[in-house]
Amino acid sequence: MISADTYTFKILRYDRKRNGEAPRFFSYCVEALPGLTVLSALLKIRDELDGTLAFRSSCRSAVCGSCAMVMNGKIELACRTQVASLGGDRIVLEPLPNFEIIKDLVVDMAPFWKMYERVKPWLIRKSPEPDKELPQSEAERERIDQFVNCILCAACYGSCPVLARDPEYLGPAALAKLARFTLDSRDERPASFLETVNNEKGVWGCDTVFRCIDACPKDVRPTDGIVALRKDLVKYKFKKLLGMAKDEA
Amino acid sequence: MLQHDIIIVGGGLAGLRAAVGLCEQYSVGLFTKVHPIRSHSIAAQGGVNAALGNNPEGGDDTWQKHAFDTIKGSDYLADQRAVEIMCQDALEVVYELEHWGCPFSRSDEGAICQRPFGGAGFPRTCYSADLTGHVLLNTLYERAVSKGVAIYEEWHVLALAASLERCHGIIALDFQNGDIVPVQAAATLFATGGYGRVFQHSTNALINTGSGIGMAYQASVPLKDMEFVQFHPTGLIGTNILISEAARGEGGWLTNSQGERFMQRYAPKAMELAPRDIVSRCIRQEMDEGRGLEHPLGKYINLDLRHLGEERIQKRLPGIRSLCKDFIGVDPVKDPIPIMPCQHYSMGGIDANDLCETRLPGFYAAGECACVSVHGANRLGGNSLLDTLVFGKRAVRSIAEYLQVNTIKPEATLLEELARQWERKLAKLAAGKERPFRVQTRLGETMSDNVGIFREKQALKQAVEDIVSLKEEYGRVGLTSASRHMNYELLNALELEYMLEVAQAIALGAYQREESRGAHYRRDFPKRNDPDWLKHTLVSKGKDGNPLLSFSKVEITNYQPMERTY
Repeated sequence: MISADTYTFKILRYDRKRNGEAPRFFSYCVEALPGLTVLSALLKIRDELDGTLAFRSSCRSAVCGSCAMVMNGKIELACRTQVASLGGDRIVLEPLPNFEIIKDLVVDMAPFWKMYERVKPWLIRKSPEPDKELPQSEAERERIDQFVNCILCAACYGSCPVLARDPEYLGPAALAKLARFTLDSRDERPASFLETVNNEKGVWGCDTVFRCIDACPKDVRPTDGIVALRKDLVKYKFKKLLGMAKDEA
Repeated sequence: MLQHDIIIVGGGLAGLRAAVGLCEQYSVGLFTKVHPIRSHSIAAQGGVNAALGNNPEGGDDTWQKHAFDTIKGSDYLADQRAVEIMCQDALEVVYELEHWGCPFSRSDEGAICQRPFGGAGFPRTCYSADLTGHVLLNTLYERAVSKGVAIYEEWHVLALAASLERCHGIIALDFQNGDIVPVQAAATLFATGGYGRVFQHSTNALINTGSGIGMAYQASVPLKDMEFVQFHPTGLIGTNILISEAARGEGGWLTNSQGERFMQRYAPKAMELAPRDIVSRCIRQEMDEGRGLEHPLGKYINLDLRHLGEERIQKRLPGIRSLCKDFIGVDPVKDPIPIMPCQHYSMGGIDANDLCETRLPGFYAAGECACVSVHGANRLGGNSLLDTLVFGKRAVRSIAEYLQVNTIKPEATLLEELARQWERKLAKLAAGKERPFRVQTRLGETMSDNVGIFREKQALKQAVEDIVSLKEEYGRVGLTSASRHMNYELLNALELEYMLEVAQAIALGAYQREESRGAHYRRDFPKRNDPDWLKHTLVSKGKDGNPLLSFSKVEITNYQPMERTY
């Protein structure tokens, strides 16, 4: 559905290398072609109108996670968003919130990856490996399915109200990633590992207002992971109290 | 100047697999123009081949049968020893990734699931729904994080630093800061991926410009079999987004405007699961003969999944279903998917042997940017992920052995001088008047129009001439801004120079090769011609700067060339 002949994109622009210049909006007009996505409009602007515009993109098919940004106030991937679906002929584009801007729509993702690394996001094994695959039932695999689907685009991180007030909070993506491993039948990390997230910077920091779920372009529900981790923690604490926890030492 | 023992360029599957194997013993620097998780390996859907024999219908599968299918699929251009190595190592690398956490789909017995794929005699493609590249790349990145691999993220490599005798490292652009930095290393591995963006219609990501292949060529390393370009049968209409072969592996049909499953006329046994080169040609022929369908975004053929039912589609092909809904508003449960063939994969690449060695000592290549050759004239689905894992791992052993015997230090002065040349070159580039995207658009058009699925002499000649004139025009390319940090127009311009080199090698190889083999189909020479053309094409940069063609022998072990029917 085309609502106009042209769209006006108002894009927030900023360059951290130009100290002191405040972010400001620049306007660009783009012809309304059928099937025009926000990413294809951005590419057109950079190619034909302003070669200095900075934004990240790669796969253009909603799998690489490069192009999450704010479109008319809503966080989405630019590549899979049809401009016509935004309603109206004026589209405001802003970089992901809760990050520092490097240039224009490109943000510094370093804090996001720091939080990701903090949860030890890899399969931890103690037992010797078999010659073939580690057995796992399809039902066991399905428990981690939604968390496996995460493309690490940071849409959830940008939408999280806790991160807006506390940048030291681990955030939805990292916690969902931890749940992906603790729920994996093959993972053998000690239950005591959960102690590392047993605080207000970890699982207890979440406001459970589900902004991350709304923002996720891949239907991941990070809050489900956070709730699962909370339950595991309570179980672990209880066992510890009764002296039943396996790895108390 | 930065120093490492080993430089790896590219953060996709091949680069990460090499990095995790080398980083404990050596100082490794992994340079990548995007964060590793954004690499194009992420987009692979269907699966990775290994003769595990997990599927009840594939119990008798062996790596030898996998090797035969691969060699037949390659139209006998693959080097057979390399194929045997890949198919033999397949089991080990797949189990290894599973042990590292890769969440494969599971059978009732709790084993890795395997599905049928094109050109394969058995269901041997191991998968995780239709997100196999996504899970493999995440697993390897997780492994790299656990081992603390040093990753230079958003560093764009400008050139390979080579003397006549050896490789000394790279010159890189730190994109966030805009600094040109020479990096010194005794060994450099390129795992830089394919060149899909050289074509107008490609399933590839925007980052797949083939720069690494162009850099190797500029450094006088020969390119091999560049004319062999894979066109995937099923790209989503208008967007060219990949619709996995898994859609046909799960039982999808291809139908024309008359509702006919036309593959019956071309490949009665294999039907929709004939190899990609054949299926793409059949689709194109159906459209050319007026049996395509019309869509505002262009002509198309139907990929019909409706008979599979919602449950199976949602379980096995959830990614495909979302892509279709999000990008063209079609739900494959209710309607057929409109598809057309488009560029997908580079069989050719940097000439390398089965140890990932190139002809330049100290310089290695693995994955799609390399041509070993295990895919020959046509790659089978499920063999590209395998190629990255097997050869990424083989590069580990090969580089480690080289570093143990090598005593020569890379030359710092050569790197510093090259870095100064690039400073001057970038300053000059900023001053031109032509916009880089115009040159790139015209390059894509001539490649898609003239070096596509069906080729013939006149069109190929046209492409070769167009590329020569586009190279001239490149000399007039300029930039809106001379600043170097986060200047994507600069990045495009830098990539474009290498894209022109890559395109020239493809077009020249295709012009020269007067036969039809695998994905290279000449209307004027429609038959395979083994006596004259069972050989690899090599393109290298001559002393005058122009490309020089030569040929090399195909290694045959156990499988004599036969007629290829399906």
